[in-house]
Amino acid sequence: MQDAAGRQIAEVIMMKLNAIENELLKNIADLHNIPSGAVNIRKNGEGIIRHSSANIEVRPKTDKPGIDVIIAPGTKNEAVHIPVLITLSGLVDVVYNTIIVGEGADVTVIAGCGIHNPGSKKSQHDGIHEIIIKKGAKMRYIEKHYGEGSGERILNPQTIVTMEENSIAEMELVQIKGVSSTIRDTKAQLAEGASLIITERLLTHQDQQAVSNMTIELNGKNSNTKVVSRSVARDNSSQIFHPIVIARADSKGHVECDSIIMDHGKISSTPAITAEHPDAQLTHEAAIGKIAEEQLLKLMTLGLSEEEAEDIILRGFLE
Amino acid sequence: MLRLESVYLRLKNGSEEVPILENINLDLEDNKFYALTGPNGGGKTSLAKVIMGIYKNDEGRIYLDGKDITDFSITERAKAGISYAFQNPPRFKGLKIKDLLKISADENSLRAMLRSVGLCPQDYLDRECDSGLSGGEMKRIELASVLARPSRLVIYDEPEAGVDLWSFENLLQLIRNYHKRGNVTSVVITHHERVLSLADEIILLVDGKIADRGSRDKILPLIQEDARCCWKANCGGNNDEVECY
Repeated sequence: MQDAAGRQIAEVIMMKLNAIENELLKNIADLHNIPSGAVNIRKNGEGIIRHSSANIEVRPKTDKPGIDVIIAPGTKNEAVHIPVLITLSGLVDVVYNTIIVGEGADVTVIAGCGIHNPGSKKSQHDGIHEIIIKKGAKMRYIEKHYGEGSGERILNPQTIVTMEENSIAEMELVQIKGVSSTIRDTKAQLAEGASLIITERLLTHQDQQAVSNMTIELNGKNSNTKVVSRSVARDNSSQIFHPIVIARADSKGHVECDSIIMDHGKISSTPAITAEHPDAQLTHEAAIGKIAEEQLLKLMTLGLSEEEAEDIILRGFLE
Repeated sequence: MLRLESVYLRLKNGSEEVPILENINLDLEDNKFYALTGPNGGGKTSLAKVIMGIYKNDEGRIYLDGKDITDFSITERAKAGISYAFQNPPRFKGLKIKDLLKISADENSLRAMLRSVGLCPQDYLDRECDSGLSGGEMKRIELASVLARPSRLVIYDEPEAGVDLWSFENLLQLIRNYHKRGNVTSVVITHHERVLSLADEIILLVDGKIADRGSRDKILPLIQEDARCCWKANCGGNNDEVECY
């Protein structure tokens, strides 16, 4: 159910965006139904919709493009949507967003970018997010990337996370499809008792390229992280994964990279773990392979065609 | 309902072609409950896979309800009403149990399907069909995915494998109940005496050939005798004294 503010925002969105832009929003932020909270929608380099709530302030930066999102301590069960849309060919948009999650808060941040490039010039969005999660706060962060259209579509997200004592973060980083090229850079520093789960899911096809670098530093005692990466490379696309976990305290970390390779795709996966404390416990695993034949056969015995079976397997793997 | 005429299957083992099934002639009747048994490596699973279309037979024809399905794909055979419950069901990373079951049944019946195989829906619907599940749980889900489909012929490949005795009795009851609904022929590949004792007819497959078939009273004593002589042979008995199939 939408509250009054949500309905009002949805109406504004309908007025300010055309059908293509609405579809992009639906794909990256599920933004046809806002439950509550604050919102900032950036289109073609400009903020077009901005709304703060009682507990979440969204304000533009004064020194560079971007916004500050300030979430009040103790804010519970609220969400803030900060998606970016690009619908012009030849636009390079760089944005700096700072998100501060106040002590003891429990919120969801939905970011993401959708590019519809109608022309032949490249369209690019470089989103630099700095996230500070204060003591005991909890944040779920969802960032989806999607591209469509005839021109080249480039998305280079940079996410820098600082986690204070006993904070919790679950980050879901997703590239749905249609992104020509991406270099993803994710860095996190965890203080005592902090817990970070990152799930990254990437699909590339045609001649697309994706590079994902992650560095997670476990600086505090009892901090922990789990990084799960699942990806599919189809056609002639290529992917490079390089997640690193560094443990500087009595802490735990696990990195898991699973990839399905199809057609002439290429994947390089090199998870790395570094322990700088004798009580650190770090593990990693990586697997690359094609869809198992037994999986296809099983689904075909239930009446699916090979293509339908493949589609269900890939959707399950990436969802 | 199902007829196999002079079916041969050869599979490659390195550069060598190995005969797996030889001159299989088989008629399965409507509504009968069959047990397909025989020593390990005798060709039981291969025969099931030939019927399902997973392996393509090198020679011979296969008919379902009088229709030649020899050239049908797996998908076409499934749509024609043939179902196959895998001995070792594959695991799917990321695929939720409910999404697997939705292929076979509509969303409203998913909970009942899981309950019918002894799994609590609220604990399993959103779980992934991957390494987090035990072999026994995978078998139950496999059975649920097969029994949810309308079928003319269902082949169960060693449903007892990896399932504890108590659960197996329940699964067997489920298979029996599905069979009793009618208009379906059931074939259970098994080594389990309990299943053999329930079958209307037992088919004995040895070294890729149908060695014998018939009622329980006819076949069970033969199997017991054969088991004794094979055991003796494996234990270094005099091969001249051993008469195996």
